[in-house]
Amino acid sequence: MIELSGVTKRYGPNTVVNSVSLTIPGGGVTALVGPNGAGKSSLLSMIGRLLPMDEGEIRVDGLDVSRIAGDVLAKKLSILRQENQVAVRLTVKELVEFGRFPHSRGRLTAEDGRHVEEAIDFLELAEFAGRPIDRLSGGQRQRAFIAMVLCQDTDYVLLDEPLNNLDMRHASQTMGLIRRLATELNKTIVIVLHDINFASYHADRVVAMKDGAIVADGTPREIITGPSMAEIFDLEVPVHSYADRPVAAYFAIGSRHLHGQD
Amino acid sequence: MSTHGGSRPATGRIRDTVLLGLALVSLTVVSAWSLFIGVSDIGLSDLLRAESSKMLLFVESRVPRLAAILLSGSAMGVVGLIMQSLVRNRFVAPTTAGTVDAASLGLVIATVWFASASVFLKMTIAVIFALAGTALFMALVQRLRYAADIIVVPLIGIMLGGVIQAAATFIALRYDLLQSLSAWTNGDFSGILRGRYELLYLVGAMTVVAYLFANRFTLAGMGRDVAVNLGVNYHRVLYGGMALAASVSAVAVVVVGGIPFLGLVVPNLVTMTMGDNLRRVLPLTAVSGAFFVLVCDIVSRTIRFPYEIPVGTVVGVVGGAIFLVLVLRSRFNAG
Repeated sequence: MIELSGVTKRYGPNTVVNSVSLTIPGGGVTALVGPNGAGKSSLLSMIGRLLPMDEGEIRVDGLDVSRIAGDVLAKKLSILRQENQVAVRLTVKELVEFGRFPHSRGRLTAEDGRHVEEAIDFLELAEFAGRPIDRLSGGQRQRAFIAMVLCQDTDYVLLDEPLNNLDMRHASQTMGLIRRLATELNKTIVIVLHDINFASYHADRVVAMKDGAIVADGTPREIITGPSMAEIFDLEVPVHSYADRPVAAYFAIGSRHLHGQD
Repeated sequence: MSTHGGSRPATGRIRDTVLLGLALVSLTVVSAWSLFIGVSDIGLSDLLRAESSKMLLFVESRVPRLAAILLSGSAMGVVGLIMQSLVRNRFVAPTTAGTVDAASLGLVIATVWFASASVFLKMTIAVIFALAGTALFMALVQRLRYAADIIVVPLIGIMLGGVIQAAATFIALRYDLLQSLSAWTNGDFSGILRGRYELLYLVGAMTVVAYLFANRFTLAGMGRDVAVNLGVNYHRVLYGGMALAASVSAVAVVVVGGIPFLGLVVPNLVTMTMGDNLRRVLPLTAVSGAFFVLVCDIVSRTIRFPYEIPVGTVVGVVGGAIFLVLVLRSRFNAG
């Protein structure tokens, strides 16, 4: 369980996260959505102790993330940021092996090797295992980093817009894999998503942020509705239904305005 | 699928071992050869007959010189490798981060104001200056972190080094130490005798310590977020690693003087073929650094025989040429 209470982050006069309290029970996929600058990434980074908070407290399974030793938390929670260093020339296998660092301290045991192999297979990277990550496509590299985090084998996995820069095929594949992490491996996933429809289809719970605060919190069906989309994104979005899930047709809005049909 | 994935890195490991083995054999052969190069003609038969005067020269000069070359060459290669990983810039080395200049400023100050101090105390002062100079470089680089261009970072280091060197030159000029200063900034093994190089064993020990932390250096090189996620104390590794690098550089400056391009060229040549996993590349970097300096030293001893030119000059010419080729050929993959 992840518990946030009164979490606040300021940059100078700007409060990017304003006294957020939230409880995320173990298991399932929780999607953080909201407009740019709402504070989603900052909140995720604070949970993953990559960003110090100015006020409040975050506990993961009762452990205070700002106090607990980094190597202890690294066995419980992993976080993958958006921008990942690709200038470092490691092979996919080497990168994934570093995911075992919290457990092995660099001395890989047979069990570590098994985790590495499983992660590589799970992300379908076996044919690239020996290739340097700077010679992969964007989608392959993203999967390699997810494999590293998977190999870390933590109960909690935080992902910051992992679908960014992926084409349709890779985005849907990657999201499917992330869903399987929760369903098959029983991980607790907290994911910042840009595309509300991925949240609709794959998340168990959607938490919407705006101006540093949580403005909506519930199942996709509760949150992805015309009125709440209007409140969160300041935009009238037609919401349809597909495969029993809400679909926000935000991509059609611009042209309707252009054609004066609004 | 999985066996295929497993076999590639395995062959990589065999290749690593073969490369390292070849490098070690070459180093051993050239090392042995270098012991018999010099003004005084010493042959293997002289040693076997234990001819006392030649034996003395061998033990007092030739062997210490070789040891100093191997220790400082390997250490400076490794130090460059660590600095490039930690600062995440392939052009950063002790000579482009103000480290060597700060160490020689420390040495000038130690010589002027602590003239009667032991070599160990002078070395300590040089180490403190090298630490401060490197810390200043880090502070400057961190200030422009987001605007940091691959080429701006070493330029700042070179400018900082220039300012520090100007201060050192000023003091040296005042106290008639210019000749000593130029000796400290341009490495030379001709003065190495038994009793005058043993501080370098410290450097050897520090290189071994660097190997133990190699995985952490690699992780820090992947950026703070990745390192922290994997439970590494990022700032401790960053500053600890840079402090280690600065200390090693300072000791090398005190004993043999600055060796330009070594920390820049050797690690880049090795990582270009083997990647940036420090645990993998560090041993070969150490052996290659030693080999590079050894070959340059042999050239410096034989090119104007029976006179010697400082090894720093030879390394500067050879290293500079390799460096240019590296930059022009690969443009360092913009990394």
